[in-house]
Amino acid sequence: MSIDIKTAARVAKLARIKVDEVDLSALAQEFTNILGFIEQLNEVDVEGIEPMTSVTPQRLFRREDVVNDGNQQAAVLANAPDSREGFFAVPMVVE
Amino acid sequence: MSDLMRLTLAGARDALRSGQTTAVELTEASLTAVAASKPLNVFVHDTSEIARAQAAAADLRLKAGGAPDMCGLPIGIKDLFCTKGVATQAASSILKGFKPEYESTVSQKLFDAGAIMVGKLNMDEFAMGSSNETSIYGNAVNPWKVDGRELTPGGSSGGSAAAVAAETCLAATGTDTGGSIRQPAAFTGITGIKPTYGRCSRWGIVAFASSLDQAGPITKDVRDAAIMLEAMCGFDPKDSTSMNLPVPNFEAALTGDVRGKTIGIPKEYRVDGMPNELETLWSEGTAMLRDAGAIVKDISLPHTKYALPAYYVIAPAEASSNLARYDGVRFGHRAKLEAGDGITEMYEKTRAEGFGAEVQRRVMVGTYVLSAGFYDAYYNRARRVRTLIKKDFDDVFAAGVDAILTPSTPSAAFGLGEMEDADPVQMYLFDVFTVTVNLAGLPGISVPAGLDSKGLPLGLQLIGQPWEEGDLLNAAFALEKALGFNAKPNQWWL
Repeated sequence: MSIDIKTAARVAKLARIKVDEVDLSALAQEFTNILGFIEQLNEVDVEGIEPMTSVTPQRLFRREDVVNDGNQQAAVLANAPDSREGFFAVPMVVE
Repeated sequence: MSDLMRLTLAGARDALRSGQTTAVELTEASLTAVAASKPLNVFVHDTSEIARAQAAAADLRLKAGGAPDMCGLPIGIKDLFCTKGVATQAASSILKGFKPEYESTVSQKLFDAGAIMVGKLNMDEFAMGSSNETSIYGNAVNPWKVDGRELTPGGSSGGSAAAVAAETCLAATGTDTGGSIRQPAAFTGITGIKPTYGRCSRWGIVAFASSLDQAGPITKDVRDAAIMLEAMCGFDPKDSTSMNLPVPNFEAALTGDVRGKTIGIPKEYRVDGMPNELETLWSEGTAMLRDAGAIVKDISLPHTKYALPAYYVIAPAEASSNLARYDGVRFGHRAKLEAGDGITEMYEKTRAEGFGAEVQRRVMVGTYVLSAGFYDAYYNRARRVRTLIKKDFDDVFAAGVDAILTPSTPSAAFGLGEMEDADPVQMYLFDVFTVTVNLAGLPGISVPAGLDSKGLPLGLQLIGQPWEEGDLLNAAFALEKALGFNAKPNQWWL
């Protein structure tokens, strides 16, 4: 399958990664190569085979549904690029 | 005591107890070696102050008696492990300046056991790479050198492997998503084990592909791997995929007795273009295990060739989801915005600036295979193939095979920059023998086997049954004894 420039741009948008127009055709070519490699999987007969959800046959561990942590505002915000008054700060989202 | 850094973990442990050295002496020797290793570019964050404080505390603990095996032993920590108050960047510029407010479970366990952190180690960005060339810190360099070229130490735990092979620290932590412990261990002539999925807690390890990631030790030999693995693993309620099983005494399993054990030799691991020396070493390793009393059996793992393509759907898919958290809001880098830029521009510019080319490529491939209309064709198909790959192993284990012997990598280390113009897929092929083990969640260990015609190390891999790391380490111990590999790189960087 060949990936065109439009698809490459759409994927970049979905991934929220800015890609310059001039780089799109190289990106599309890379996707085409990688997907070509992946397409070998079409040779495998997977009829009736369940997709793996967990490599170990176990139910995910669950803990009691109780509060066991908290009051960590300073630690949570310590690495934020921008925080104000105890909140993460971002560019204006609503007018 | 001279040449402290030549010691193994076991040797240093014993020397500490017999009073031949102290944790402070070992740590100073390690920090000196670390400082002298600049040309290798393996240590990327200085933790010498922490190391000195840990060493002083370790000596007190050793004096009091009853200290754990890892007490007082200087190790390096891969930059993927969150270390409280210490820069943790996963070799990415998107995490520049990030200092976690918490400690990863694995590093905490090691510190609780008294281990000393002499520095954070170079790696491929977000553990995505097989040559340590995607790191924001620049390439880590293999201590092995046979001509004018600088060689890759492998990846993604390239810094960890190079640091241990260069004897700058006694051992290091690594992580392995598709071969990132075993491949660099093989390229640098040392030992690395990836335990069964769920053995080590993933909590506090920067996530790449959560269903494949496992931590493990990179060490000078099998005994050290047993000692350090035991200190790293165990149930952790903070990781929902962590297995609630007791941790055996792995070192006690090292009897070297493999009589009656069945070793499988998979025909699918004989690939075109494999160097003759590697085939020879593989045959010799097989013969050695047979001579030691093991039963050797030819086996088939028919879906082997589909492991890499399945991996390159599943790992990027999980990565695209895991790496969605790097949005410039809560931690790490945020791009400088232009007037009028909104939140979408902030995300897009931040991620374009913060992620390197390989990470961007994998995030976008992952996004594509998960996108509407392709989810079934790619992602679900890959997960079905993964079921079949695991079944291949289940079938041979059910037929009585205890462990499987294969090469660790298809070749020895290559020159840094040599793959620059190659298709990304060419680089992916270095994981052809290791990636099956991650897809099946099995334990795998690489032990150094010999040198190729140029004088570079090659490794053999043993794959074990789930949760049978003790048995696997013992088979590796027997193989290591028979192989008798003891070559070391000449210290050209000093």
